[in-house]
Amino acid sequence: MMPSQLTRAAVVEHPHSFRPRSAGGKGRISVRDLDIVFATGSGPQRAVASASLEIQPGEFVSLLGPSGCGKSTLMNSVAGFVKPTRGEVLLDGHSIVKPGPDRGMVFQQHSLFPWKTVKQNVAFGPLMAGAGAREAESVANTFLALVGLSRYANAFPTTLSGGMQQRVGIARALANYPSVLLMDEPFGALDAQTRSMMQENLLEIWGEFKNTVLFVTHDIDEAVFLSDRIVVMSASPGRIIADIPVRLPRPRTQELLTTPEFMALKRECLALIREQTLRAFEQQNQAG
Amino acid sequence: MSLNPSPRPPLSEAVASGPFESVERSAAKPAPAEAQPAVDGAVGYRRLLPVDWDRYLVRIGALLVAALGWHLASTYGFDFFVRFDNVPGPLVVGAEFLAQASSQEFYVHIFHSMQRIAMAYGLAVVLGVTLGVLMGRSRFAEDLILPYIEILRPIPAVAWIPLAILMMPTEQASIVFITFLGALFPIVINTVHGVEQTPKVLVRAARSLGASNAAILWHVVLPGALPSIVAGLAIGMGVAWFSLLAGEIISGQYGIGYFTWSAYTLVEYPKIIIGMLVIGGLGSLCTLLVRKACSPLLRWQTEGAKS
Repeated sequence: MMPSQLTRAAVVEHPHSFRPRSAGGKGRISVRDLDIVFATGSGPQRAVASASLEIQPGEFVSLLGPSGCGKSTLMNSVAGFVKPTRGEVLLDGHSIVKPGPDRGMVFQQHSLFPWKTVKQNVAFGPLMAGAGAREAESVANTFLALVGLSRYANAFPTTLSGGMQQRVGIARALANYPSVLLMDEPFGALDAQTRSMMQENLLEIWGEFKNTVLFVTHDIDEAVFLSDRIVVMSASPGRIIADIPVRLPRPRTQELLTTPEFMALKRECLALIREQTLRAFEQQNQAG
Repeated sequence: MSLNPSPRPPLSEAVASGPFESVERSAAKPAPAEAQPAVDGAVGYRRLLPVDWDRYLVRIGALLVAALGWHLASTYGFDFFVRFDNVPGPLVVGAEFLAQASSQEFYVHIFHSMQRIAMAYGLAVVLGVTLGVLMGRSRFAEDLILPYIEILRPIPAVAWIPLAILMMPTEQASIVFITFLGALFPIVINTVHGVEQTPKVLVRAARSLGASNAAILWHVVLPGALPSIVAGLAIGMGVAWFSLLAGEIISGQYGIGYFTWSAYTLVEYPKIIIGMLVIGGLGSLCTLLVRKACSPLLRWQTEGAKS
């Protein structure tokens, strides 16, 4: 069964509530001369250094870098959780001051409300946006159908597998129709088979919504497979050291992973990441 | 799908499940009924019985052994460091209990104790949870309130009795006050603990979904703290009974504590033991009621633990 049929079936099932609005030219992210410095016990620590980045509406961009390089910090500044020490972060020309439903977040794991059922989790965003209980529930049903979890609507999240929990997380973030989807290593805790299924399905869903996606990962295959662009960050402090366009045709499937074009991009990223990882190791050795 | 020899799910089901589903079902935790090995199956079946009857047999047996020992000790006047010659045996106590159970005064005592518990505990729950949430959410509130809690908490209920009698307008008020203090501290401490443990990622998730501070308190902080709060409520109920009895023994004209103490002064020894057993029974019953009343709110926790 073609996955896109499923989403179409969801449209038929809820003709009134489901409108996969394209973000309509919204979702432009501008990061300008961004510095983020944290105060730590051993003095100030620079997590992000002079980062500048322009992301077009509807673009799928991955932030790739060794662990601890500040890529999550950069994303958190777009989310509104972290304030810039210097520079600015804009969404559609407006400075980001706090988190908001226009930027849906998907976290690595354990981010669902365990005391709410799957459906209540997904309905939470619409409810907070002022929708009535019935309307919020109908939106939740739609998005659960979109990720193929209608059968688990009344289950509690902890009874679901890790992959299913992440699908609920995606449905929950999308239920607010955000112009930007921020994903912080969303598949990092999943096994390899589940992860590759999740990647393909994320692309299908994104194909319906065409919102801007900022995707943090340290998995090179994942970054190349998903993205329009890969932004590579250096070891701490995190600087942007490369911005690699990925001109692979869409829709993408797993066969892509063995093509020479994919391999070439992967090799390019691998060289950059390896160099940065070695640097990170050296830093750690010096610190220790 | 009556005869389906292949182990694969019937086609209709495979289609009904979404694109993720067919592959990922194996990764999902299996439903308990379909995929457990035979050995576990037997245990699972026994769990379906309404209670673990064999374990309850052991528990009742343990109590019977103690009653038998008590009977023998008081019949034969056991006297080695601990003296049983003045202690009435279980049969005497049982007969006296039947007599008491048919007298109206006995229930008046119980009613007075229950009334004090209800007032003091209700007050302690409202104030304890409120203070606990404030302290857990605001550092200023914690710095303001914590010193009082830390100093007052170790003072046992009995030590409050003189001051309570001096300060409170009526005897009833002083007993309720002492009971209230006993219940308050465990509730406050457990609420603070639960609130402070709110996972940061859940607060962030709620914020990015557009939740206000009030919504975060109601939808994230309170439900997350609930297991800890419920534990505090149960402990608080136990301490409330403990404190109530201290208050009733020293002052008061009614109440099960007064009943017990006056039995001692009037040399009605069987009534002492009846009073004690009623206290134990009512205390356990109230704690059980608190847990039962809260358990629907914690269904997410028990269901999650089952799978």
